[in-house]
Amino acid sequence: MENFQYILPEIFISVSIMLFLLVGVFKKNSANLIYNLSNISLVILLALIINLSSLDTTYLFNKSYLIDNLSNYMKIILVGSGIFVMLTGSKYIQVINLNKIEYPILILSSILGMMIMISSNDLIVFYMGLELQSLALYVLASFNRDNLLSTESGLKYFVLSALSSGLLLYGCSLTYGFSESTNFDQIFINSTEFNYGTTFGIVFILVGLAFKISAVPFHMWAPDVYQGSPTSVTLFFAILPKIAALSVFIKFLYTPFANMNDQWQTIIVFISIASMIFGAVAAIGQKNLKRLIAYSSISHMGYALAGLATVSNQGIQSSITYISIYLVMNLAFFSCLFMLKRNDKYYENIEDLSGLSKKHPILSFSLLIVLFSLAGIPPLAGFFAKFYVFLAVIEQSMYFLAIVGLLATVVAAFYYLRIIKIIYFDPEKEEYEISHNLGLKITLAISTIFILAYFIYPSGITEIVSKITMI
Amino acid sequence: MNFPILSSLILLPTIGAFFILFTKSTSGKYQSSKYVALFISLANFLLSLYLWYVFDKNSADFQFVENREWLSGFINYKVGIDGISILFIILTTFITPICIISVNATITNRLKDFLIAILIMETFMIGVFCSLDLVVFYLFFEAGLIPMFLIIGIWGGERRVYSAFKFFLYTLLGSVLMLVAIIAIYWITGTTDVEKLYELGIQVEYQNLLWLAFFSSFAVKTPMWPVHTWLPDAHVEAPTVGSVLLAAILLKMAGYGFIRFSLGLFPIASENFTMLVYILSLIAIIYTSLVALMQEDMKKLIAYSSVAHMGFVTLGIFTMTQQGIEGSIFQMISHGLVSAALFLSVGVVYERHNTRLINKYGGLVSIMPRYAIVFMVFTLGALGLPGTTGFIGEFLILMGAFEKNILVAMIASLGVILGAAYMLWLFKRVVFGKINNQELKSMKDLKTFEIITLSALVIPILFFGFYPEPLMNSIEASVENTLNMYNFDLINNLASKD
Repeated sequence: MENFQYILPEIFISVSIMLFLLVGVFKKNSANLIYNLSNISLVILLALIINLSSLDTTYLFNKSYLIDNLSNYMKIILVGSGIFVMLTGSKYIQVINLNKIEYPILILSSILGMMIMISSNDLIVFYMGLELQSLALYVLASFNRDNLLSTESGLKYFVLSALSSGLLLYGCSLTYGFSESTNFDQIFINSTEFNYGTTFGIVFILVGLAFKISAVPFHMWAPDVYQGSPTSVTLFFAILPKIAALSVFIKFLYTPFANMNDQWQTIIVFISIASMIFGAVAAIGQKNLKRLIAYSSISHMGYALAGLATVSNQGIQSSITYISIYLVMNLAFFSCLFMLKRNDKYYENIEDLSGLSKKHPILSFSLLIVLFSLAGIPPLAGFFAKFYVFLAVIEQSMYFLAIVGLLATVVAAFYYLRIIKIIYFDPEKEEYEISHNLGLKITLAISTIFILAYFIYPSGITEIVSKITMI
Repeated sequence: MNFPILSSLILLPTIGAFFILFTKSTSGKYQSSKYVALFISLANFLLSLYLWYVFDKNSADFQFVENREWLSGFINYKVGIDGISILFIILTTFITPICIISVNATITNRLKDFLIAILIMETFMIGVFCSLDLVVFYLFFEAGLIPMFLIIGIWGGERRVYSAFKFFLYTLLGSVLMLVAIIAIYWITGTTDVEKLYELGIQVEYQNLLWLAFFSSFAVKTPMWPVHTWLPDAHVEAPTVGSVLLAAILLKMAGYGFIRFSLGLFPIASENFTMLVYILSLIAIIYTSLVALMQEDMKKLIAYSSVAHMGFVTLGIFTMTQQGIEGSIFQMISHGLVSAALFLSVGVVYERHNTRLINKYGGLVSIMPRYAIVFMVFTLGALGLPGTTGFIGEFLILMGAFEKNILVAMIASLGVILGAAYMLWLFKRVVFGKINNQELKSMKDLKTFEIITLSALVIPILFFGFYPEPLMNSIEASVENTLNMYNFDLINNLASKD
């Protein structure tokens, strides 16, 4: 029992989920109550995890569960962004009539699954967490069940995700077969010699993970699911599963397969380059903002993976910094989307932003900052994210990756500029109701100021992240 | 620790922009925001003059250096100035208030936003000329794209969207390679501090590639042929004030970068690529002069003449002689003043008559005599008549070029003649001749604020044209130092080969 405190956050959130479910069943019209309770429980969860971060690295459950700096940091940004996702979406789900008791509970279970993924140190525990988060996500994607697009996106996500889970499982079993263990550390010890079995295992596992992180060529689901899901769920999709999948990427590449980096490095480099280029090029023709942000997130994941491809601590840290800044930018972008409301209808086409700057100067200024930051223009936060990644990439003399990546940012800059053009240069349209939701405004303010003022003290995140060392 | 005068110079306009954010935008004709902006920019100008006054002109060292930890463990925020950068800073702080005064005429909507954009722009421009760290330099260099993109895009002419995109993407494309090079320098030498890099030097085997990466960025920004095509578009579509900023200061960033970084950090590569720069500069001088000759749009003509003048600048820098480099710096300052003045002059008639086509004008001398006089001064300045700043710059550059390569110098001299041709022809068609267009007769002569801005530009053009000593004094020591380092590196390199 002496290790009880380490697993306390997971236990707490599981108990909360079950409790809320009971409340939901026995108390009528309790959707609002549960939504608020879930938010509070997330805050408590965050406090519990932060409390843990002062402790040493610990293995639990026969070395199948690991609490260390990486997992703590990832959980903190995961739960932190979870809180903001709930805050920003609360008004939205009321307006489009999705405020049901299942919604917050599904989000909580998905977060629980991700926490298990992040902390797992064993193939079986990892898979358990992965499936828990995925199952919750399938339902969330099709949560707006009267909407054709939403059901389609849920179904599509389910089918493709099941396929990738199958591949992942196959990879896991191959790895298990050839390295005689499911424990990550044990696999590392047993896989010193090259053999085809483990290599195949790595490839299948990477395919499965690339699917979860929506990296090219396993990105096909992302645009449809982003577009079809309710916007609050899209925001969830854009941030939380990416954090979890990236930390699992780091874990897999640098714990069990750390010896085989010459096997997987080329794969990661390829996935990274393909994502950067494809994400940048495919987004150019998009008309729907959610779809566009899907492609943009594909290309951003390419940059995050570029850091991992370097096989260096600097690279891992840069990836983690990248995803931390990425999530803030996405929060800000979606907060702006949630504000485009008129007569109880939300707008999500690029054309709907036309001339926004005349009637809504503050909102459009935030969008301007966010979009330039997404494009990676200094002195905004997005530039520093890319800067760290390329710092790591060039340290390893991977000039090709760096140059392709930076050229892709120029292509990507085009479609971000196009949105800015529509906001600032085009004739104005009807006025939107500025939503008076406090949570939304706070989120937008915090994230915009973060992006804008990041350059004043840019070492903040890096100093925290620099404690995470894998190699 | 002394008062951080450079940081205040950089930050003051941004602080001013914040104040403007809180001024009233609905009442009257937006006066309050304009006065705040004018006040801030004038304060900044005075501050920079004070800086020039206390600046030690006999020393080639960087002065007023501020060095702060910024990106922990990697990069420091380091700013400082030498005799070269101080002139560009003063040019920036001098042009900005002029821009703000001339805002009156051209900007009708969203004046507040426009002033904020200009002040933010000023921050970035001063930052570029102050920074002594490559990453800090890159940050300011790139950040300037954002306000300029908005200035062209929001307040520009008909094809503003196309021009704004072209401007942004061209410049970004050039610059990303420079970012790669900067990071590579960091890993090769362990620092991006310019002063340290001057001491350490960069190994010869890396220099060529790094030089090319920097060149790709500076060549676009200069702009050099064949990547100059964004400039005429941007100039034509930008509002008058935008064109002024673009021509007077933004283009100078690249010339400054050539001297500070290409020559200073990669001397051996600079020597290797001298011929490339000569050829591109000559093409720029001759070809764009010819193109300028045939333009029907006044702004476009001046834009092409800018490309030709910047061709002289790059030529002068890469002569690697004291006269050549000093001439280039002088030419940049001169071009900053003259092109700003020319664009303002075009703005004057454009605002009255709403067209920039040359053949719609003619005979202005009898309607607007004062305008004709100042316009003549600027025209003569642009073609380099002795007694104007333009002459001294071109003369020194050609002197440097004759010392190195007679053929190059002769072809470049041809550019001077062509320059005289297109400028005088422009002047003749617009100002002299009969009044063919009867609508012109209703045009009024210069208003008070136009007299202020234009005469503010006439004075330095003529003053420094007759008495260039103050400017020359300021740059002499620094140029000498740059050249000494350059020659020292070259000799060392030759010695190590033998």
